[in-house]
Amino acid sequence: MIRLEHVSRLYAVGDQVVHALDDVNLVIEPGEYLSVMGPSGSGKSTLLHLLGLLDRPDRGRYLFHGEDTARLDDRHLARLRRRHIGFVFQFFHLVPRLSAAGNVELPMMLDGWPLPRRRARVRRLLEAVGLADRARHRPDQLSGGQRQRVAIARALALDPELVLADEPTGNLDQAAGHEILDLLEAVVAQGRTLVLVTHDPELGHRAPRRLQMRDGRLFESPGGVG
Amino acid sequence: MSWLDTLRLALGSLRFTPVRTALTVLAMAIGVAAVLLLTALGEGARAYVVREFASLGTHLLFVLPGHAHTRGLSLATGLVSSVRPLTLDDAAALKGLPAVAAVAPIVVGSAQVRAGGIGRDSVVLGSTAELRTVRHWRMQRGRFLDPGDWHRARAQCVLGPTVARALFGNARAVGKRVRIGDRRFRVVGILASVGRTFGFDNGELVIVPVAAAQALFDREGLFRILVAARNEATLASARRSVRRVLLRRHRGHEDFTLLTQGALLATFERILRALTLAVATIAAVSLGVAGVLIMNVQLIGVARRVPEIGLLRALGATRGQVLGLFLCESGLLSLGGALAGVAAGMLGAGLLGAMLPALAPLHAPAWAGLAAPALAVGTGLLFGLLPARRAAALDPVRALERR
Ligand SMILES: Nc1ncnc2c1ncn2[C@@H]1O[C@H](COP(=O)(O)OP(=O)(O)OP(=O)(O)O)[C@@H](O)[C@H]1O
Ligand SMILES: [Mg+2]
Repeated sequence: MIRLEHVSRLYAVGDQVVHALDDVNLVIEPGEYLSVMGPSGSGKSTLLHLLGLLDRPDRGRYLFHGEDTARLDDRHLARLRRRHIGFVFQFFHLVPRLSAAGNVELPMMLDGWPLPRRRARVRRLLEAVGLADRARHRPDQLSGGQRQRVAIARALALDPELVLADEPTGNLDQAAGHEILDLLEAVVAQGRTLVLVTHDPELGHRAPRRLQMRDGRLFESPGGVG
Repeated sequence: MSWLDTLRLALGSLRFTPVRTALTVLAMAIGVAAVLLLTALGEGARAYVVREFASLGTHLLFVLPGHAHTRGLSLATGLVSSVRPLTLDDAAALKGLPAVAAVAPIVVGSAQVRAGGIGRDSVVLGSTAELRTVRHWRMQRGRFLDPGDWHRARAQCVLGPTVARALFGNARAVGKRVRIGDRRFRVVGILASVGRTFGFDNGELVIVPVAAAQALFDREGLFRILVAARNEATLASARRSVRRVLLRRHRGHEDFTLLTQGALLATFERILRALTLAVATIAAVSLGVAGVLIMNVQLIGVARRVPEIGLLRALGATRGQVLGLFLCESGLLSLGGALAGVAAGMLGAGLLGAMLPALAPLHAPAWAGLAAPALAVGTGLLFGLLPARRAAALDPVRALERR
């Protein structure tokens, strides 16, 4: 499904060049569950943004379903993000003025769904994350764990095949963190692909395939599935 | 994304900052209302002038003795040939012309009018029965001067309402005798007041037959001749034929002046239209100011909502959708301002009309009613373009990382 070939992402800081990603090669098959760990600044978020088509490599190729993403324009990339990829962020990134339901509805709005169909889907998604009774609450009326559950419901709105989670439990206590991870792992059970960036080794080790990053380089951890 | 959803999202974010939204809408509304009010005033003034002229008769021709253009020459030629006055026969000669509906010769002087021991200095107008037709005057009591031979100095007079009240109070005036100068006249009628037109009031008038006035003031020449054309269309041909007849009678000397009401009116209208346009343009500048305000407000909005923009992109919004969303907000702000401004402008014009009854009914001309809101929405969108493009151009990764 995903193939990175000699991908580098460079940032010029002053007269120095930072290799946020340095010659990364990676193949991800449908239905895989990967965790990405590594020290701060090692390039985990950069990798995830790249996989999520929010960023482009400076060198190398990124093939999505065999197609070179460098050749796709903004509209194509946006459609791929919308329909094939779901993001979950450390800081939830909910729109503060919209209710839980409104936030979950956003991807469907962007995709042009008619209102009744959106309503029905929002209800099912919020039920699935256990927040059916919080649909009208705004983000500031929800706990951290609840906010992240709304974000997960939103990420799954258009039934994506790839879910990218950047430290989704980083801002939550342990109990809430485990709940969130349970939800995300349920996603994998439904046949989706999950890439989970985390600092927590305990959570990271729940993934069958574990990646390690250091200074922009990507290593397959021993014990990972080949 | 459907346009309805774009609208819904844009409205939602405008509602989230109610004070900022209200102030921006207010600024735009003030601009639009100012344009409407000022054009309404200008238009009201124009309509007022037109109405006043109309009350004087729109297809009227004035014949004045002497020629404006020969004034410089007359110094040199004045010794050789003096300016011939307009005579009653000159006026009578115009009566039969095909394009002419009525001719009224006028002699003016002032004299004391006395009745029952009360005296009053009045403007005495010598004219004929036709004057009433030409001036569209109505009678309060009695009748106007009798028609008939212009050369007959009948001892009858018509009083303006103010004079009549001053001399006779509430007593019946028609049928009574008055002295004008050293002559005696019988009052045959009292004019109905027409109010003031250009500062002229018919209430103070005393009207006598033209021949009587000539005798009273010992004056042959006419002050002027009023000629009413049959309608506006025949005014030009009436003017031509009047000029031809008078030239012939004056042996080819153009020692008279022809003025038409229309020429005066057109000049006034041109000036007032130009004024209205100038004032409206100045007011329209405030629309530009409101546009800049919208731009500022939206730039602030974009800066504050950077993470939201990044999120939208991550959720699969195209640059175009982000652009559309912010442009829609600017459009809504200016549209709100335009609608509020039109409402305020119409209300304001109504109030102003109540305060200035001379200009009532006051309302902005249709072109201003359409152009002002259109211009408001146009500037709103134009100035909204910069912030919207800035939002659309944001790098989604950077945007997401800002909190
Ligand atoms: N816009 C940028 N300009 C310059 N350097 C950048 C920029 N974005 C990221 N970097 C650099 O790229 C490297 C990788 O950053 P990245 O955010 O991917 O790290 P990370 O592994 O996600 O760290 P963390 O665990 O703290 O989130 C860092 O050294 C960072 O300083
Ligand atoms: Mg990171």
